Amino acid sequence: MSQNLTFTEKLKNFFISNAVPILFVVITLLAVPVSGFSANYLIQEMITRIGRNSFLVLSLLLPIIAGMGLNFGMVLGAMAGQIGLIFITDWSIVGIPGLVLAMLISTPISILLGILCGSVLNRAKGREMATSYILGFFINGVYQLVVLYFMGGIIPVKSPSLVLSRGYGIRNTVALDGVRQVFDNMIPLKIGEISIPLGTFFIIALLCLFILWFRKTKLGQDMRAIAQDMKVAQSAGIPVDRTRIISIVISTVLAGYGQIIFLQNMGTLSTYNSHDQTGVFSIAAILIGGATVSRATIPNVFIGVILFHMMFVVSPMAGKNLIGQAMLGEYFRQFISYGIIAIALVLHAWRRQKDKEMERRSLRGVKAEKQPQAEK
Amino acid sequence: MNRLRQFVNKAGWPRVIIGFFLLSLFVAAPFAEVSLAASIKDTLVRFGMNGVLVLSMVPMVQSGCGLNFGLPLGVIAGLLGAVTTMEMGITGIMGFITAVILSCAIAAVLGWGYGKMLNRVKGEEMVISTYVGLSSVMFMCMMWLVLPFKSPAMVWGYGGSGLRTTITLEGYWFNIIDNFLAIKIGDFTFPTGLFIFFAVMAFLVWAFFHTKTGTAMTAVGSNPDFARASGIDVNKMRTISVIISTVFGAVGILVYQQSYGFIQLYTSPLFMAFPAVAAILLGGASVHKATITNVIVGTILFQGILTMTPSVINSFLKTDLSEVIRIIVSNGMIVYALTRKTTKVKS
Amino acid sequence: MVSEQVVLKMENITKDYYGNRVLENVSFELKKGEILGLIGENGAGKSTLMNILFGMSVISETGGYQGKVIIDGKEVNFKNAFDALDAGIGMVHQEFSLIPGFTTIENIMLNRESLKYNFLVEVFGSRLKTLDRTDMKDRAEKAISALGVKIDPNMLIAEMPVGHKQFTEIARELDRKNMKILVLDEPTAVLTESEADILIQSLKRLSDLGIAIIFISHRLKEIIDVCDKILVLRDGKTVRESPAKETSIRQIAQWMVGRNIEEKKDEVKNEKKLGDTVLKVENLWVDMPGETVRDVSFEVREGEIFGIGGLAGQGKLGIPNGIMGLYEAGGRIEVFGKSLEMNVPVKALKAGMAFVAEDRRGVGLLLEEPIDWNISFTVMQAQNKYLKSFIGGLVKWRDDKKISELAKEYIKILDIKCVDEKQPVQELSGGNQQKICLAKAFAVNPKILFVSEPTRGIDIGAKKLVLDTLKQYNQKYGTTIIMTSSELEELRSICDNIAIVDEGKVAGILPATAATEDFGLLMAGKVDESKEKVSAQ
Repeated sequence: MSQNLTFTEKLKNFFISNAVPILFVVITLLAVPVSGFSANYLIQEMITRIGRNSFLVLSLLLPIIAGMGLNFGMVLGAMAGQIGLIFITDWSIVGIPGLVLAMLISTPISILLGILCGSVLNRAKGREMATSYILGFFINGVYQLVVLYFMGGIIPVKSPSLVLSRGYGIRNTVALDGVRQVFDNMIPLKIGEISIPLGTFFIIALLCLFILWFRKTKLGQDMRAIAQDMKVAQSAGIPVDRTRIISIVISTVLAGYGQIIFLQNMGTLSTYNSHDQTGVFSIAAILIGGATVSRATIPNVFIGVILFHMMFVVSPMAGKNLIGQAMLGEYFRQFISYGIIAIALVLHAWRRQKDKEMERRSLRGVKAEKQPQAEK
Repeated sequence: MNRLRQFVNKAGWPRVIIGFFLLSLFVAAPFAEVSLAASIKDTLVRFGMNGVLVLSMVPMVQSGCGLNFGLPLGVIAGLLGAVTTMEMGITGIMGFITAVILSCAIAAVLGWGYGKMLNRVKGEEMVISTYVGLSSVMFMCMMWLVLPFKSPAMVWGYGGSGLRTTITLEGYWFNIIDNFLAIKIGDFTFPTGLFIFFAVMAFLVWAFFHTKTGTAMTAVGSNPDFARASGIDVNKMRTISVIISTVFGAVGILVYQQSYGFIQLYTSPLFMAFPAVAAILLGGASVHKATITNVIVGTILFQGILTMTPSVINSFLKTDLSEVIRIIVSNGMIVYALTRKTTKVKS
Repeated sequence: MVSEQVVLKMENITKDYYGNRVLENVSFELKKGEILGLIGENGAGKSTLMNILFGMSVISETGGYQGKVIIDGKEVNFKNAFDALDAGIGMVHQEFSLIPGFTTIENIMLNRESLKYNFLVEVFGSRLKTLDRTDMKDRAEKAISALGVKIDPNMLIAEMPVGHKQFTEIARELDRKNMKILVLDEPTAVLTESEADILIQSLKRLSDLGIAIIFISHRLKEIIDVCDKILVLRDGKTVRESPAKETSIRQIAQWMVGRNIEEKKDEVKNEKKLGDTVLKVENLWVDMPGETVRDVSFEVREGEIFGIGGLAGQGKLGIPNGIMGLYEAGGRIEVFGKSLEMNVPVKALKAGMAFVAEDRRGVGLLLEEPIDWNISFTVMQAQNKYLKSFIGGLVKWRDDKKISELAKEYIKILDIKCVDEKQPVQELSGGNQQKICLAKAFAVNPKILFVSEPTRGIDIGAKKLVLDTLKQYNQKYGTTIIMTSSELEELRSICDNIAIVDEGKVAGILPATAATEDFGLLMAGKVDESKEKVSAQ
């Protein structure tokens, strides 16, 4: 079909289907000069941020493939990752072994939370996104209960630099000195003045390969089938509920690893806030990269991370230079994060309504297609 | 035994458990050296402050638009009305009335647009309204910085532009409703006006649902196909419900502020929706059915727990668990409501 | 060709649903490579019989069945549909069960993909095997070629013509190992004539390959063309089992609808006098999923009880739904000589029409609301009755007292069994719910009343009461009634004239007194033959 299109039509289609990323490219191109940042600075920032955030954003792919929409529940994994980091800091295990151990600790917690989240979402089919969003807040309450009251008390955490002076509960910030940027610097590389976190890139590349491979497995195929039509998949004998849970579990586990990678780059864990915005920023990034609620690819992830964070870096300075208010840019980037999610969701829901109407129309059959004209 | 079971069935387990929990908190209060009178007063005042906000959930739930996570939109309308009135320098009861009128007008316009949008995204209203709420709050954050307000009572002292994060209502309409006909019993001041106001608002909602339009709206929420077959314009009813909810949200925040004493701008509207949603669910509402009883019971239970846990539990455990309990109870309630099997699957 | 080896035998199958006998002592056998035509009206027991063969959970949940299912000489008792599939029975349902965004290959292979091993399988289980696309393509092409048709294996289902989708479905069943018996439920319903011909050819090829086929269709011509033998069911009993060669379309039609109740009809009918035309429908089309109306024209006269019959899925239900504006529709409708604006339900109501919908729980009722609300809602909203006006009509207050009275009145007239008028309707039985739907329609005092499937899912006593009520209402007020029903006998018992709808068009309109087999023939798409040739050009 596609070869019949003329060049202009192709161009038009390209613009329509990539409207969001193109819009952000334009915004960024306008804002970068205003911000006054040097090219070197921006390139360094982007490289750092790709290393820091890509893994988290990639963790969103599987639930989208399985038709469960944007996994707002990824913050569950982020919390599991943070718990892993708290323990290894307490045990003073440093370097790569420390991070690997943190991942190992986070895995069973992520799996449990993922199973919980998946089961809850199976009970709320059709409103997965609202439910996973609220579930994130609910588990956040449980996380606070555990970290702020149980740790140091019921759960042994000894290190005085971690525990609040009252004897239990973890401090607001945890310095991750022992594991700071150890993935990033695993394979040191510097081009000119720009340092490249090759180690982290390597891990991200592995994950991309895993996702590409996963799409070719039976499980991946089943997820694609479920995403399109749960009923047909069920009647073909695919265990729908179980598969949906698996997709959430994998996503949660990956989000846990992602958060660990994110935090090793940051070097400090803000115990009660680090995971707050993880979900929103990751989701906003993948949407800005051109993904939709029902379709997302690996390029979407990387384009999204670059565009989102470019905006993120330049908007406060741009705001300051334009109106003299740095806060304006701060609010602007939050507005964009939430706004882009709102718009993506509206478009998705709207398109679904339209599709349903089209489907009904197609039932009319060939013979009746002529009728509408006869009516006039 | 049978009667007990009937009662539990009718009230629903979550309410019974939370109710007993709250009751035991009140019973335990004297042992924790917490003044019972002060606790009850706090609970009552908080009920009055939040009642209208919770009430604003009812129309949208009844028309099938779901829980109004987009409440911040109404709150923004209320804030705009309030700061505009202050800018005009109108004080006292006239000020409050002007603020209400202005807010309602703004809320009606916002609600109309918001309702039109929700009609296009049926089935996804809740998650979309959440993000519409969030992004409009962020948009307004920018606006508070750049809108040309001049009144020195509201603008940052230095620089002379941009509104402050909190603006005191002292000298404008601080406690103007609370103090109306207030009864003093010892240290205890009963905010009669607050309750009269809530009663009037609740009556308006009750009355609305007894009119032809209100009846149609309930039918739309109950079964949109039925309503359509009876000649009802489903989208129009939904839009009306969204407008009413938004207007009530705007009035609700004005009542809240006059009692609290401050207008809170910037990100504060973000924190209004969840407590209101949790309260009405706690009161026994479902995602598509809510009554005024749900509002009253839910607000008392929710605000009661918010008042009592910091004082009672904390003094027993010697630690501040209240925030965590609030998060767990309110969000747990919402997740529970979302996963409850509804009697009818709506398309 | 047909061999002597019997692959399937169903013996004395009997099944009750809640004391209601839907199948009684049905027996048949199927030989290797044989094609059996299974024929019957809706409710004759065809689907129940197939559900039993497939071990569907509805059967075991409602108390199982009596009799034996024997496959290859061994008695079987499937616990679920997957057991049946494993035993070599495949079914192609009336609705497509395909994934639109998958290719032909992926759909044929759905959940039976060829897989390749890798080491991760040891850790995470067999679902991490990767797909072997080359082998999948080979297998899919083999299945397609067995049908003798040409389909692009890499085409997406969503972009395919309907006929190819149907072949994809069949190919999917063929890919199963040890595929012995294939059940096809109305496979030609969605196909054009030429596509249907190709399908018939394919079926013959399959039979040559030794696959036994159960072919369910209402197009009797096809049945005669392709089947080796036919089995006609009526009211759960075997009416006739006979070699296809020895019958004719007319004969089968008669067996299918059967029953002679002509005698008691005459007395009632003769005295009735019909008035002028009150409803005129021209070239109506309706987008109702599953009940698409393509091109329907008819006229109804004042005081008439007009029946609309036909098999399920042919579009009869779409007609009232389209006229009342509930599904998108086009064409021309005249009510009392005035043209009706379409797709606006309130206009239809204001024109003096009312509708008792077939989907009681979905459209007909507010399940969570009390009885009085349900009865009064439509009349209140459409005609501003049962309201009190305040402030010069600005506030229209619901008059709860009058509403209660109205409900009480109908509870008495229609003998609705309930606690009181405040009881939520979801607590009532199906029959009583149906009476509330009737009351709701009566309350608006309609001049034209549409009633769809008024007796579906209610017990026999309530059935009679509902039909009698309609008849009395017609006699007493002269209300024109247009009744849609899948049960021909029910239509014939109260209607004056009956239109039979087939494939979205009126196959013919007959007086209720016409011979049964004539109705049967209309349903069987026989009369359409000449017309179809015209449209095919």
